[in-house]
Amino acid sequence: MSEQTTENTDVITGIEAPIYLKYNFTAGAAPARFLTQVKEGVLTGQRCPQCAQVYVPPRGSCAACGVPTEEEVVLSDKATVQSFTIVSIPIPGNSIEPPFVVANLVPDGANISFIHLMSECDNADVHIGQRVQGVWKPQEEWGYSMDNIRYFKPLDEPDVPVEKIGKIPVEGWEG
Amino acid sequence: MSQPDVLHQAFELGFTYTRSTGPVVGRFLTELKQRNIVGIKGSDGRVIVPPMEYDPDTAEELSEFVDVGQEGEIVSYAWVKEPREAHPFDKPFAWAMILLDGADVPMIHCVAADSEDAVSTGARVKAVWAEETIGFITDIRCFERV
Repeated sequence: MSEQTTENTDVITGIEAPIYLKYNFTAGAAPARFLTQVKEGVLTGQRCPQCAQVYVPPRGSCAACGVPTEEEVVLSDKATVQSFTIVSIPIPGNSIEPPFVVANLVPDGANISFIHLMSECDNADVHIGQRVQGVWKPQEEWGYSMDNIRYFKPLDEPDVPVEKIGKIPVEGWEG
Repeated sequence: MSQPDVLHQAFELGFTYTRSTGPVVGRFLTELKQRNIVGIKGSDGRVIVPPMEYDPDTAEELSEFVDVGQEGEIVSYAWVKEPREAHPFDKPFAWAMILLDGADVPMIHCVAADSEDAVSTGARVKAVWAEETIGFITDIRCFERV
């Protein structure tokens, strides 16, 4: 091709063709309620009137039963590691330097996990059933965000056996 | 329980693709950078603009580039009353199928006009070049009535 083009012109071999999708993400009633209370430093879930599972963050309905969830439940910021992954590859746009631990955590009083970071621990020591607690930012920095909790750190409590993960009451785990 | 204000958050997802043009579209864009428009001769002799790498009927590899004119005729058009963000103009304009002189297949591009009345099927238009050409379809800024 290049021999056919006039001098002093670079041959075009590629073009920039970006696509930008612009969203306005609406939280919806139940997540908005959840985030409004996270702003006050309180984790809340919603209990299904049929199966009694407590969802966090609440979506306003029970995925299993298909019914609205209206009963609000205050949860603990103590939680149990249900599963985790050690992230070793940097993620574009993410300022956290790998390796770091991302875990599915079930807060006491809930039956469903959410995803958050773990720190103040040796990554190699993180394990399923481990007890952890949220480390909150200073109150003046709280917003409508789960980032109000910087990360979860290990608690000096006995591990929760696998069959009891997701079934710990809000009062906590006696071991 | 009391209902809070519904929260919302702007979010942009970007797919920052770079596309390879291949030799034929690459040649077309390289020619645009030089303010020249080329088509390619199909196996049946018709001139296709923008050029295609393979014949649409026989799938034969095509290579015979042909210069076409910078003027042509509007074959059909759609008047855009309310341009959107991604559009080439922020005032009303037309998308048009333009049959360039020497071409046998119309090419889509935008036509700048003051009003819809100024655009019609069969109207003669000419290419208006961008001040700086970079080897992209927008090197032809638009077409306008001759």
